[in-house]
Parts: sequence; structure tokens; C-alpha cells
Amino acid sequence: MLSRTADHLYWMSRYTERAENLARLLDVTHQMSLVPKSVDAENQNWGAILALNSLESRFAETYDAVNAENVLRFMVTDPNNLSSIFSCLRAARENAHAVRGTLTSETWESCNMTWIDMRGQKFEQIMSTGIGQFFEWVKLRSAVIRGVTFGTMLQDEAHYFIRLGGLIERADNTARILDVKYHVLHHNGDEGATDFYQWGALLRSLSAFEVYRKVYRDVITPARVAELLMLRLDMPRSLHACTRGIVRILETIKNDQSAETERLAGILHAHIHYARIDDILKQGLHEYLTDFMDRIYELGEGISKDFLMLSSGNQ
Amino acid sequence: MKNRFFNEMYDAAGTVRPHYRAYADWLANTPAERIARKRAEADIAFHRVGITFAVYGEEAGKERLIPFDIIPRIIPAEEWQALQRGLRQRVKALNAFLHDIYHDQHILDAGRIPREQVIDNAQFRPEMIGIDVAAGIYAHIAGVDLVRAGEGEYYVLEDNLRVPSGVSYMIEDRKMMMRLFPELFSRNKIAPVQHYPDMLLENLRTVAPQGIGNPTVVLLTPGAYNSAYFEHTFLAQQMGIELVEGRDLFVDDDTVYMRTTRGPQRVDVIYRRLDDDFLDPLAFRKDSMLGVPGLLSAYRAGRVTLANAIGTGVADDKSIYPYVPEMIRFYLGEEPILNNVPTYMLRKPEDLKYVLAHLPELVVKEVHGAGGYGMLVGPASTKEQIEAFRQRIVAAPEKYIAQPTLALSTCPTFVESGVAPRHLDLRPFVLSGKNIDMVPGGLTRVALREGSLVVNSSQGGGTKDTWVLEN
Repeated sequence: MLSRTADHLYWMSRYTERAENLARLLDVTHQMSLVPKSVDAENQNWGAILALNSLESRFAETYDAVNAENVLRFMVTDPNNLSSIFSCLRAARENAHAVRGTLTSETWESCNMTWIDMRGQKFEQIMSTGIGQFFEWVKLRSAVIRGVTFGTMLQDEAHYFIRLGGLIERADNTARILDVKYHVLHHNGDEGATDFYQWGALLRSLSAFEVYRKVYRDVITPARVAELLMLRLDMPRSLHACTRGIVRILETIKNDQSAETERLAGILHAHIHYARIDDILKQGLHEYLTDFMDRIYELGEGISKDFLMLSSGNQ
Repeated sequence: MKNRFFNEMYDAAGTVRPHYRAYADWLANTPAERIARKRAEADIAFHRVGITFAVYGEEAGKERLIPFDIIPRIIPAEEWQALQRGLRQRVKALNAFLHDIYHDQHILDAGRIPREQVIDNAQFRPEMIGIDVAAGIYAHIAGVDLVRAGEGEYYVLEDNLRVPSGVSYMIEDRKMMMRLFPELFSRNKIAPVQHYPDMLLENLRTVAPQGIGNPTVVLLTPGAYNSAYFEHTFLAQQMGIELVEGRDLFVDDDTVYMRTTRGPQRVDVIYRRLDDDFLDPLAFRKDSMLGVPGLLSAYRAGRVTLANAIGTGVADDKSIYPYVPEMIRFYLGEEPILNNVPTYMLRKPEDLKYVLAHLPELVVKEVHGAGGYGMLVGPASTKEQIEAFRQRIVAAPEKYIAQPTLALSTCPTFVESGVAPRHLDLRPFVLSGKNIDMVPGGLTRVALREGSLVVNSSQGGGTKDTWVLEN
């Protein structure tokens, strides 16, 4: 398959996954903000989202204060912010358009319709209907695109590159959400009921609340939340599930120059596979996740270099 | 007035010609509502499949549907046989001419064509001198525009030897007719055309560089914003080859590769739908982002075949067109089977004088123009338009040729007011490789505006299915 074709498929998938996870992150932040606390503390939480994506200076160019409304506007509908949900859905659609002939018409149409619907929404309107409903819509559209793609497309190379893009993005995003929220929650030292709602919101944002109940049948503790989202192989959004998927796909699509990338993926997978949550927490979760995200980034670079176009402008 | 033009369907007395009889019967016995319903169905289907073309000069990205008419253009078998002989002869001579002018230039030495007309032509590529192209073929795909005039004689209007387009409409029109009116195909023995992509692929494979057993063929497109992009995706898909853009290819050690997920893969034959000027920024236009740096060098080294070859434009240039019959005599020692339209070359003072005195009767064309842009159709123009064009001619006469206004043949066509005669042309697609071959017929274009002689899709033309009847 042409590298350019693979590149468009891979990025179509990454941008869709990114929009979904951004909706998840913003949703949990929004929900956590509903629990009473000081204005400063709340604005700090919104600021953390900008910091997480290194967007503080871009944000400051247009907005004067870091608060819920400004950050949401910037991250949801701002077309000038290339990391906004709006921009991600646009980029996903543009990549799909370029390889329309490779996609089934259902995949193309679901991607195109998502963009057309997004384009028609104004921020004020989203806020007045309830932003939670909008985040639900983004997650739903992402699920539709994924479902239609894997439900209709031939399981050839195209399929693997779509899957690979989704997994790389998801691994990175899960690590990010956990990093920023775990940090805030753990150091607030909240007790009792508040604590329960906060951790509950984090789990829900990763569709892991019911899963947690089922797996642990016990009270929510930070260490178990981290374990579930990082180390559980059977949890589809966990780091472990993502890295295993990545390793398997790389084995399938490997070429003459991809040995090093395969090796990096294998190391990263083993790292997670044989890890124990106690050791990770002792070492420092933040340090561990930062290292993980660096390695995922490196892996993405390797995949681009070995299989895809280097000058496509996607990132 | 009615009899001024040759009508493909009716003779001068208004009787249906024998080869149209079965169709005319069917049309007369098919309820008008059924026809209307089928025409609407065709429109919807063409939109859904996305058989559209982009129009230059209109809003960027806007796409139009080429109107499709359900009354076919029918050609009897014997008539097609004669046309086919004429087309083979003509394309063979054109390829011989291209080989000659880029090698020994015998025809110029013999004084049959003025040397400066060829050498100083903007389409002549000095880079091609002395290069031996695979199988000696330059114009692998030729789209020769034919018109029928007067009493039914065919004339060649132009030889398109660069990147002729339209073949996808030929195939899609046939597919549509078979879908809408299957009964017509059981009543008439109509020669099939849908195997064109197979023929083209076979042809491209036979002209691979020497020693390549199983050549990799690709189609090079300028990209999604090109007016013929639909055709590029269509042909690549039908042939089962990769549709590549310039950035998908690179040249290393005079070998062309495409970037694939399995690493670089060698490319042997490039069916390019990109003009010469854009092929290689190192050799031609420096600002071209569409081409492949180093492609010319690989081509000169004989490591890759380009179809069509570089530099074919000199042979289909309107200033060279008048000499094609001379090429046929010179290279083949035969008399031309197909007629050329008598042509005035305005660089010649006596021709210029005549043309300026007769502008309202003539068609004037830019020598390097294409697509029906920049031309004057005398009888269809106002005094002001003619005077404005006169100024342009006087300013640079060598840029123009003129031809008598041909009384193009007509065919009944569905228009708003019902069925009325409209003017036609015919573009067969001639493939040259080991042999010279073509599918029967070609693309029939029809000028939908009453009285219009311009059939180009960019100027409001439509298409018809073309039937060559088998005996």
C-alpha cells in the first residue's frame, strides 16, 4: 500500500480518537468542577488542561483569563486552535477525504457527517443545551466511526493502519488524562464523599466506572484506579491493552526498516506487562507516565519514518 | 435549413437510416413517461457515483455533471472499419514523425515540413533528442477528434497526443445505457467497449523498459483538484494499479520508486496524466510541486517508461496539424484515409489576408489552445466579438490558424423542448504498443445548445453512448 494512503488512514484514526479523548478529559474536568471548591482551585484544573497540551501561550494570544468558559471555548469550537475538538474532527475528515477510494462508503459517510454536524454547532448553543450532551455526542460519533470502520472494511493493511493510529493515540491520551487528574486528586487530599465523586468522575470519563466495580468489588482507591487504567490487559483503554495491540500490529505490518520500532514497542509493552502498581507509585506515577508518553511519542515517530509519509503535515 | 447538416439518424428525405431502424422503432414504441423516468434515474446515478468534472474559472472545487443523452450515436460496421484503418494509419505516422524529429529529422531534411515550424515550436523538447524510448512508441494513447461534415465525410479535427481524457465517460455511458435499457442490447448487436482498461493495461505492460518481466505500472495524477481526477481514480481502480501523486514517487540512482508501507517499490511504467511542464522540477518548471525530481534523468537512462512520452505535444500542435497528411505519405508511402480540415496558417501573409477578409465564415483557433478556450466561431459570433478577435489576430497572427466552419453532423438529442438535432463529434482512443488497437467507437460529445458547434464539456457539451454495430 502507498505510504501516503497509510498515512491518511493512520491520521484519520488518530484525530478521531483524539477528539473522543479530549471530550472525555473535558467532560471529567467539567464534572469535577461541579463539586464545590474555591474558584482558584477550579481555574487551576482548567489551566492544567492547557498545560497538558502545551497550549498556554496559544491560549493567551486570544483569551485573557483561564476559566471554565474560556478553556472550553478554546478546546471545543475554536477553529484556530488546531488541538480543539472542532479542528480534530476537521482533520479526521480531511484525511478520510484524501483516501475516500480506500474506505467503504459507510466509513467515509460517517466521518463526513460527523464533520458536517460539528461545523454547524455554535459554542453558545452547545453551552445552552448542556456541554455534557455535546461530549456524549462526540464519544458517540467516534464509536460510530470505529464501529462502521471495523464492521465494514476488509481486514487488510488499511485496517491495520487505522487500528494502529487509534491505539497510539489512545495510549497517549489515557496516560495524559490519568496523569493530570491523579495528580490533582491525590494532592488535594479530599476525604470521604467528595473523594468518591471525584474518582468516580475520572473512572466514568474513561468508561471504567462499572468495570472498576466488577473487577474490584470494593471501595475506590487511587492505587486501584491507576492499576485498572494502566495495567489491566482486559480493560480496552488501558496502557497495557494499547501497547499489546501496537506490538501485535507491528508484527503483522513489519517491513525491512521497522525492526527498531518493533523493538521499542516490545520494550514498552514488556515494561507495562511486568509492572506492579506498588512499584510504580513508589517510583512516582507522574514520572512513570511522563516517561511512558515520551516513549509513545518516539514510537509514533518511528512508525511515521518506517511506514508513512514524512511530510504530510499531520501531527 | 433542416437539410444543411448531415443527420446521423435520418436521410435527406427524412427516412430513418437502416442502422438506426431498430432503435427508432424502440423509441417510437416506448412510453414517454418511461423515458422521462429513466432519464431522471441516469441523473441521480451519475451524481451518486460522482462522475463529475471540475470547471476551470468557476468557483474552486465546484463540480459539474456532464449531461448524458440517452439517444445513442450509432455507427455501422463497415463505416467503423474504414475509420479504424484511417486511425491506425494516422497514429502510426504520428509516432513515426515523433521518432524522426527526435532522431535523424529526415522529414525536415527532405523539406516536407519547414524546419523552424518544428524546432522553434514551444512543444518541441530538445531534452528528447537522441533518446530511444521503449518500442519506439511516443503516443501510447491518442484521442483523435473526428467530425462528420457535408455529405457524411469524416474529418480529423485534432490529434490529442498529450494526456487525452474522456475515456471514463465512454465506459460509464455504456454502463448506464445497459442498466437503463437492457432490452436495446438484445435487439442490437453492439460491440462492447468495457474492456478498454484491460487493453490499456496490457498496452502499458508491453512498453515497459527492456528486461522487466513483470512490470509495475502506476497512474500519476496531478491530484484531487484536477478537472479529470474522477477519470484518474476510475482508470487506476479498473486496471488495479496504484494511483500516485508526485510526492509518492522518488528517484534514486536513475530508478523510480514509490513509497509504500513495505518500503520502496520499483516503478517501471508511468501512465502519467500530468503535462510535460510539471513532470520534473529539475528539468522543466522549477516551481512544480506535482512532479518527481530526477524523473527525466531516469527516463533518459531508459529505466522507466512514460506514457505518453515527453515531447508529443509538437505533433498535435495546431501549427503542425496541416502537415499530418504529408507525414503519412512520407513515412508510410500511403495516401491518407482520413481527411484533414483545410487549414489556413495565419503566419503566412496570403492566408492571413484571406482570413481577415472572411472572419464571419471561419473558425479561428489559438495554435496552442485546447479545450475550446480562446477560439472564434465566426457564424455564431456578434460583430463586436469578431472585431475584438480581429485585434488579437493582427497583434500576433502566428498564434492562430483558421478553418472553414464545418457543417458538423447532428443527431437527435433530448433537450428541454423535446427531441431536436444537435451537433456531434467523436473521440476514439487509439492505443499504440506492440500493435495499434482501439475499442470500437469512442466518446461522442454533443453540443447541447441549439446551433452550437462547440462540444467541449467545459463549454456546455454533453455525451452520448456510441454504438458500433456488429454484422
